[in-house]
Amino acid sequence: MSRCPDHLFERFQELFPAMEMDTPAPPEDSVGNEDGADAAEPRLPPPPPCRKTEHAKVGYDLDAIVEPHQIEAAAKLLDAEGFAIDMVTAVDWPDAAQFELVYDFMHFQAATRVCVRTRIPRDRPEIATLSHIYPGANWHERETAEFYGIQFTGHPNPIHLLLPEDFVGYPLRKDFKPQPDPLLEP
Amino acid sequence: MELHPVQSTGPQETFVLNLGPQHPATHGVLRVKLTMDGEFIKDAVIVAGYVHREHEKMGENRPWDQFLPNTGRIDYLSAMMYTHAYVGAIERACGIEVPPRAEYVRVITSELNRISSHLVWWGAYLLDLGGMTPLLYAFDDREKILDLLEALTGARLTYCYYRVGGLAEDLNEGFVEGTRDFVKEFRPRLKMFRRLVSENIIFRKRVEGIGIIDAEMCRKYGATGPMIRGAGIPYDVRRAEPYSVYPELDFEIPVDPAADSMSRYKVRMEEMEQSLRIIEQCLDRLPDGPVMAKVPRVLKPPEGDFCYATEAARGRFEVRIVSTGKPIAHRVRLRTPCFGNLSLFEEAARGMMLADGIAMMGSLDLVIPDIDR
Repeated sequence: MSRCPDHLFERFQELFPAMEMDTPAPPEDSVGNEDGADAAEPRLPPPPPCRKTEHAKVGYDLDAIVEPHQIEAAAKLLDAEGFAIDMVTAVDWPDAAQFELVYDFMHFQAATRVCVRTRIPRDRPEIATLSHIYPGANWHERETAEFYGIQFTGHPNPIHLLLPEDFVGYPLRKDFKPQPDPLLEP
Repeated sequence: MELHPVQSTGPQETFVLNLGPQHPATHGVLRVKLTMDGEFIKDAVIVAGYVHREHEKMGENRPWDQFLPNTGRIDYLSAMMYTHAYVGAIERACGIEVPPRAEYVRVITSELNRISSHLVWWGAYLLDLGGMTPLLYAFDDREKILDLLEALTGARLTYCYYRVGGLAEDLNEGFVEGTRDFVKEFRPRLKMFRRLVSENIIFRKRVEGIGIIDAEMCRKYGATGPMIRGAGIPYDVRRAEPYSVYPELDFEIPVDPAADSMSRYKVRMEEMEQSLRIIEQCLDRLPDGPVMAKVPRVLKPPEGDFCYATEAARGRFEVRIVSTGKPIAHRVRLRTPCFGNLSLFEEAARGMMLADGIAMMGSLDLVIPDIDR
């Protein structure tokens, strides 16, 4: 059972209608469907942009897929509804040449969790920052930026948070190869 | 209540003060770059990452179950709740039903772990504020919990006792009696702690009205756990997103509306009391039966995103797994409570006196590997 309030669901559907996607979105709940097939091939039709999900099964109540330029609007809507920021993260999909950005929000009183996702091209990873809406997004975005090389435009302090300041590369990208240790391999 | 002035009237000259990375009050290798105007913090910049180990990448290059020991090493003081979130996420994805006995044992050990974690915080926090004695009392009681859990799991700190589908093994002989004895002994000790410290006028002057972090700030930064409950909002993952057997148990969510360091202190003290209640109920109801469900040898969660959150000692810990149906994870995201709790420090510390800033930082209950991962 989804605990997502109806008015929020309707508002999301109205604001973020179905959109064209270049490549299929990650298939959801497709148990055993073409297991191990090449991910570049189109498999399933893209999921509806906004759907209620069962909390007991996936851990969130509303799953909304928006376009990259809509992410600020989605965050503003959730902010007005009294949601708190839970986390911001990315998932690398090299086969689709895309990064998926995942924004999770939670509500302290209503106990609802909303997951907002968007996809940006891997060769031009840019998206607007949310740190002016949620100051807590600042750190999450710095972390995502240093691990994936995603640029958050308008970020007030885009420097490394966890990695050393002279670190080269983006470790959580699937094609990342660590540099050999000069002390071990002269 | 008298509040400290937030602005000095002295000459407009500032200097930079480094707090850490090897400062006892930061409880680990955390550096805070403070711009000071006399005794007042004008600006604070957190420099984190000294113990970064890239756990999330490790999750992506080994089979699902082999990542389990890592999760106990993120927040080393609440390893039970962290392993619970990870096995919970896989169980949720694969649809594995955990036997009731295993769930009850999970709750008992998690709550024992919560008490031992809060005891470390209690002792260390008062040490920050200048009191040496409470630490020795706290570690005396914590030792009893560690002994119980050591006999059960083989580890004293970084437990890896839960497995996908249940537990590594059933309770050892003497655990139930030992835990009952501990609960009986610890209640009066908790009362004694309150008499010793909570009413102490020196302590109260240091924490009451200091470090106000209200509910709105918690919401904007995603601060959870005793931070949000100390701001008067009864948000607890055990109730908000019920997991394991918590819905069947009778316990209260302690809240305190004052939103200062004292209210976070009070919330944690009350939480230990509630944990004792939970442990007692679980011991009374502990069913017989197996402690492990039938689980495939190679775990292959179906494709999709799955989240599982637990209420760790410091707040909401959440594991978000992205599976592509393979025996290795595509993405393991660890949402740790200290990350959100500390990120508001830069804003909250502005304008405070340095000694008050330390009193507030201690009340956040930081574990640095939890931030750095």
